[in-house]
Amino acid sequence: MQSEHRLEPRWLKPLLLGITLLFLAIFLALPLGVVFSEALAKGWKVYWESISEPDAIAAIKLTLLVVLITVPLNTVFGVATAWLIAKFEFRGKGFLITLIDLPFAVSPVIAGLIFVLLFGSQGWFGAWLSEHDIRIVFATPGIILATLFITSPFVAREIIPLMQEQGKDEEESALTLGASGWQTFWKVTIPNIKWGLLYGVILSNARAMGEFGAVAVVSGHIRGLTTTMPLHVEILYGEYLFTAAFAVASLLTLLALVTLVLKSFIEWRIGKKRSLAH
Amino acid sequence: MKFLKLKRLFWAAVAVLALGVPSIHAADISLLNVSYDPTREFYKEYNQAFAKHWKELKGDTVTIRQSHGGSGAQARSVIDGLDADVVTLALAYDVDAIAEKAHAIDPNWQKRLTHNSAPYTSTIVFLVRKGNPKGIKDWDDLAKADVKVITPNPKTSGGARWNHLAAWGYGLEKYGSEDKAREFVSKIYANVPVLDSGARGATNTFVQRGLGDVLIAWENEAILSIKELGPDKFDIVVPSISILAEPSVSIVDKNVEKKGTKEVATAYLEYLYSKEGQRIAAKNYYRPTDPEIIKESEANFPKLKLFTIDAVFNGWGEAQKKHFADGGEFDKIFASIKR
Amino acid sequence: MKWQFRKPSVLPGFGLTLGFSLTYVTLLVLIPLGGLLLYTTKLSWSEFGAVILDPRVLASFKLSFGASLIAAVINLFFGLIVAWTLARYNFFGKKIVDALVDLPFALPTAVAGIALAAIFAQSGWIGRLLDPLGIQIAYSRAGVVVALVFIGLPFVVRTVQPVIEEFEKEFEEAATSLGASWLQTFTKVILPSLMPALLTGFALSFARALGEYGSIIFISSNMPFVSEIVPLIIVTKLSQFDYVGATAVGTVMLFATFVILFLINAIQIYSREKSL
Repeated sequence: MQSEHRLEPRWLKPLLLGITLLFLAIFLALPLGVVFSEALAKGWKVYWESISEPDAIAAIKLTLLVVLITVPLNTVFGVATAWLIAKFEFRGKGFLITLIDLPFAVSPVIAGLIFVLLFGSQGWFGAWLSEHDIRIVFATPGIILATLFITSPFVAREIIPLMQEQGKDEEESALTLGASGWQTFWKVTIPNIKWGLLYGVILSNARAMGEFGAVAVVSGHIRGLTTTMPLHVEILYGEYLFTAAFAVASLLTLLALVTLVLKSFIEWRIGKKRSLAH
Repeated sequence: MKFLKLKRLFWAAVAVLALGVPSIHAADISLLNVSYDPTREFYKEYNQAFAKHWKELKGDTVTIRQSHGGSGAQARSVIDGLDADVVTLALAYDVDAIAEKAHAIDPNWQKRLTHNSAPYTSTIVFLVRKGNPKGIKDWDDLAKADVKVITPNPKTSGGARWNHLAAWGYGLEKYGSEDKAREFVSKIYANVPVLDSGARGATNTFVQRGLGDVLIAWENEAILSIKELGPDKFDIVVPSISILAEPSVSIVDKNVEKKGTKEVATAYLEYLYSKEGQRIAAKNYYRPTDPEIIKESEANFPKLKLFTIDAVFNGWGEAQKKHFADGGEFDKIFASIKR
Repeated sequence: MKWQFRKPSVLPGFGLTLGFSLTYVTLLVLIPLGGLLLYTTKLSWSEFGAVILDPRVLASFKLSFGASLIAAVINLFFGLIVAWTLARYNFFGKKIVDALVDLPFALPTAVAGIALAAIFAQSGWIGRLLDPLGIQIAYSRAGVVVALVFIGLPFVVRTVQPVIEEFEKEFEEAATSLGASWLQTFTKVILPSLMPALLTGFALSFARALGEYGSIIFISSNMPFVSEIVPLIIVTKLSQFDYVGATAVGTVMLFATFVILFLINAIQIYSREKSL
């Protein structure tokens, strides 16, 4: 048990705890409850059928493919950018950070729209692409691009502060002792940031699976071909198959929950490591 | 080691990007039908029938993929390069837009197939709660102060445009002037608590969330939701007069020429006019256009006075500009309601 | 002295990471967003003004900014309480509660919207309780705020929580031993040092709320002039084939979020320099 703060008035803890639990129950636990209670409203058999029919499988596969491509790319980008921003002082750094942050806040609808404007057949590269018979929007590459855009800041955002906090003394001494740049990176930097990195990867993974707005604009909604899981949920909802819609939604939610459990586990490990170090 | 992995991932990414480029298979033909929201069930059934018909006729296997959404948004996707072989949209205006903005469809597309390229028609009716507690009988009742009306946003939903024009047409007929019609339609919109972006969204709001006393809907959508969601919960009310809604179909010339699917795409649309196509349409509560099937399915479709968009609004081009463009009647009405 | 692009450092990889990061950001963010801006230049200033100053568009800006601001304030208040509780107290099930806070990051927004609408509609679990009191949440402006609170909550909690955790208790103890009441200690000592984190969380949650689309369309009534958010205006313009209008509205949104983010980064750089 950590030491309680006798400085605080006695009533403060129960009050704050009560507010926290009530607030989170309404805003977080209830939506979660709705998803699962609706998904299982007609029993496990219907649930299983809903997530194992061919279009659902196709949506799951597409979603996994998108995640498999976007998450590694964004991880490499995140690590490189964090190294750049945390280890060096250069002009225009604030501007660069803002650019990296921008996809966080750009409306997903706009994110989808810009790729249509660029690669759609009326867009700037449209004529060239269609001449060479390359499809980007309304096909898998467009969905990947839109997801890449939306999730690009997650890893970078997570490890930039971590690297900044750690400074560059350790790397510098490793270099003085004769290690090469890459050796320093793999042996010194990566072990220091690995849990933060994993957290970033997990968040970016969750977001990549769940992105709706941007993907909806570039997908073309071809059933079983360009529909990701969130789009499939929307389709089922529009076909009055509410149970099936919530079943697929619950699968996404479940993935999100697994993600969050993993994340807590990671934080627990970090905490343990810290207390050992002290 | 780790770099090898990264490299492998990179090449996997490249391979996948390359896979996004479709290749034309010789044996199997694949068609993409880009359609609006309420046709999902109909085309699911029709596609199977057509695939069987084509297999018997030519021996080729044809797979038809479907894409559904709001009619305008779907048209925009085709304009932006969604490679639809055929479009089956809610209104002629959206097909015109593809012809005009992307030059992907012959401007004379409406003349290529019979009945103005509308193989089936529909109309606009009301869905009310069981027993019709508010006693709704005709368009007039929707303008009463204590009635809550659900209809989607005509800016994003093709069906909602038909709803708007049907109400307007009734107002014109009953009250005799444009100003009176506008006043009448304003009263209806003042009763609308939620404007969903599509017909399906509106049905869900009315049925699932229990909002509103009456849903203005496609006839086929109203009948279908009763069948799907419980005959013990809703009734259909047919107004005295409504609009003849003609959902339009066309091949997308630019795409079928490129993909070499013109023959099968044309056959796909023509088969909609066949006895079997018409029968499937009727079964899915679309009004058939073939005289024989009309007779066959007479019992399912109540008789009511129907007016056409050409007769009352001088065609889609004019109706769109006057009513739904920015600053049009719909915008004016909402600017004046401003709750 | 020579103008220096960067301060010298013994660490390698500046060129490599700078090149890679810039290429990535340029291809993925700069070119697409620049394209959006350029597309808008198809409009003259007066045409641009006409699109932006259209009463319906103006009303949607008012709603989007207003609702996002209210939601961010609510999140600021409750987010601080949640962060404080999680950082300072031990209680049964804390790990679960802590993990749950990230749910809005991970849950698909459309699913969140449908679920929230189901809960707050007249027939829903909470809507049923509020209906007799004459309070309507779903299908009103309040619904928009509810969805935005959901979306923005983790931003405040996750920026403030670590700062509270690392906050030196000695300061509090010192203040109290000097005779300050707890409330005084909180407002004079704790709150000021939480300010940068609180502001960052507030701004992030505000910026994220401005652009949110997926969850809101399910819980808002989407009425022009009343509950129509800006992203919906963009979608509406698109289904009317009005690309230029859509990009014009999008550009304004983009500019707003850019300014907000730039301010956040300024706050962070300022507070880091101050603490050094």
